[in-house]
Amino acid sequence: AVGRVLRLCRRWGAAPRAQMLRLICTTTAVQKKNVGASGPEKYTEAFIKKQIEEFNLGKRHLANMMGEDPETFTQEDIDRAIAYLFPSGLFDKQARPMMKHPTEVFPEQRKIQWGEDGRPFHFLFYTGKQSYYSLMHETYEKFLNVLKHQDQLVAEDLPLQKEKRNLAGSRWLTKIELEEMLLEKLSDDDYSRFIQLLQKLVALPCADIEENYIQKFSKKVPVQLQKVVIEPLKYNEQGVAFSTGEGKRKTARATAIVYDNGTGKITVNGTDILHYFPVLQDREQLLFPFQFLGRIGKHDMVCTVSGGGRSAQAGAIRLASAKALRSFVTEKEMEFMRQAGLLTVDPRVKERKKPGQEGPRRKFTWKKR
Amino acid sequence: LRSLKGLVYRSLKLDHGCALHTAARDGLSSLSTQDAPERPRAVFHTSESDPAKHTEQHEGRLYNIPLEEVKAVFPHGLPYRFQQQIQTFNEARVMVRRPALEILAYLKGSNFAHPAVRYVIYGERGTGKTMTLCHVVHYCSRQGWLVLHIPDAHLWVKNCKELLQSSYNKERLDQPLQASVWLRNFKTSNERFLQEIKTQKKYMWGKRESTEEGRPLGEVVEQGLARVRSASDAVGVVLREIKQQSHRGSFRLLVAVDGVNALWGRTTLRKEDRSPVSPEELTLVHNLRKMVRNDWSGGAIVTTLSQTGSLFKPSSAYTPHELLGKEGFDALDPFVPIPVANYSPREFESCYGYYLERKWLQHEKAHTEDGKAELQFLSGSNPRQLDRLAGPL
Repeated sequence: AVGRVLRLCRRWGAAPRAQMLRLICTTTAVQKKNVGASGPEKYTEAFIKKQIEEFNLGKRHLANMMGEDPETFTQEDIDRAIAYLFPSGLFDKQARPMMKHPTEVFPEQRKIQWGEDGRPFHFLFYTGKQSYYSLMHETYEKFLNVLKHQDQLVAEDLPLQKEKRNLAGSRWLTKIELEEMLLEKLSDDDYSRFIQLLQKLVALPCADIEENYIQKFSKKVPVQLQKVVIEPLKYNEQGVAFSTGEGKRKTARATAIVYDNGTGKITVNGTDILHYFPVLQDREQLLFPFQFLGRIGKHDMVCTVSGGGRSAQAGAIRLASAKALRSFVTEKEMEFMRQAGLLTVDPRVKERKKPGQEGPRRKFTWKKR
Repeated sequence: LRSLKGLVYRSLKLDHGCALHTAARDGLSSLSTQDAPERPRAVFHTSESDPAKHTEQHEGRLYNIPLEEVKAVFPHGLPYRFQQQIQTFNEARVMVRRPALEILAYLKGSNFAHPAVRYVIYGERGTGKTMTLCHVVHYCSRQGWLVLHIPDAHLWVKNCKELLQSSYNKERLDQPLQASVWLRNFKTSNERFLQEIKTQKKYMWGKRESTEEGRPLGEVVEQGLARVRSASDAVGVVLREIKQQSHRGSFRLLVAVDGVNALWGRTTLRKEDRSPVSPEELTLVHNLRKMVRNDWSGGAIVTTLSQTGSLFKPSSAYTPHELLGKEGFDALDPFVPIPVANYSPREFESCYGYYLERKWLQHEKAHTEDGKAELQFLSGSNPRQLDRLAGPL
């Protein structure tokens, strides 16, 4: 156990004496602070302000270092500069060095909820979950508003608006997102009650009045493919349509050019596929995109591939040809291809060898003595 | 999610029309009864079983060789997989292809007073060179030629267990086993010629045995088979006699050698003192080289290059220059090169149709158009690849 020296001030306040030093041996286990009990670290406002100043200064320094204009140095430029100056091979992006604005780095925290006299600001403070209950009250108020409006319309014999809200492209906030919004912890039960209330509100025919309020709690779910841009077909000198695609698998990189009006001939690095891939399995991999679309004898293909082994090269060419075929194909078929897994990059790579083991998983032979 | 078609078009019925084989498929789809077996057959089969009458219109079709003829004409020489196929299907069907037709045309039009013309069949692996050679051999045997068919010259330069020093020439080495096997097969294929041809010289086999002048060649062959030690010399004698007598015109001679590049390459054999043997030191190879020289007339020499059995040659080599080397090329020059390529679309269709008809392709998807396109893609229209692919199906 490590001993710690405690300075004791003089106990008896008689004559000024030199401070007595007493050696008290304690263990570190007793002295360790109980980190969990105090809750998350609280940052003062002054601290956050100082961090922001430092961040801005650092941004200007970085811009100077990279030779760019400090005034127009955006966050993307910062990211690029940091990635250049501190290259890291770590797989987890969040473990790499980063420089972000302090508001993104330090989590938002609640400021102190009571005034100088000790009285809390919010009327629901003593419930313990003031934001949650106030939110529930607000939502119920909107609900009653809508009912009142409905009654008014019925009284005036006006038709109730029945425009169906498109629920397919949106989803409610998740529990974590709601917690971030309210800055306090929720339980699963609370969350489900809130979502039920929202759904009841939306189910009412005249809910369009409160559309703004509801939209605060819903998010759009983008259809996967909308992010992908399909390239149009290019035409070469003879007027034959063609398109290119790139693919990779493990360490192999491939580019493929698929021509229209073909006979099904495929050339890889200048040689026929029968010579380049003597194994049937590799040729089956090349066949898969064409067979899936039913276009086996209709396209010609010229590919170049490098790196990897025979199986990796076959997988890379398969991905490249599937990507190139996207331009020839309707959107629906493209969605089918994506669901079949033809357009996804295979993320499996060779696992790293760990020290103390013979391979990525294999341990050294265990000897009893 | 194996195919888009099954997903989207399940309700629609796809109607693929194939002009050539619609009738065939209609006949085959009702596999229970074959009411008109003749009609589908007519499309890719031909009943013309005499190679002499094969012309361009028979190209791509399969013709039948009766099994007795197969045993008589091809005691050796057919590829192993083809022999297995004959056993399975109980018939021997050979496809008529353009290179074979070319050679047959040249043979029909050649003048036998001139020195023998050499034809070298070359091509990538598994494209049908040996089958072309067998087609030509069948034609010649039907025409009544004397056929000297060496099934694979590579067998003589590798994997030989016994090497004897030749009694005739001290520097050469004999191979009794290979020679006796070949003599036996030669006897089965050319029975009648062995009675007709007479020796022109007296040959001594060791101290006591000898063959007189004017005896039929069959006796030399018997001698070689009985006394295995002198089998290689018997082979040499047979070759010599045949060569000398061919220009007289009483018979035509066809020298058919498969894997001729073995004669000029290297061997894997070693002498007792572990020094490598070069091909000239083998009696069989030496005599065969003399046969392949075009200093005789009254016949033709048809040879095949083969990479599969060759020694010390890369697998991508298939041209005559690469496989024969400088020595072989100079020895065989001048020759008529005959390239053999993969199946053309028509030939592929006919081979596929044949497999379907014999119910060799059992997989239900193999009967569809998609299955056919898949087979064509995966095999690259290479006959050997197609054969190996269709095996497990």
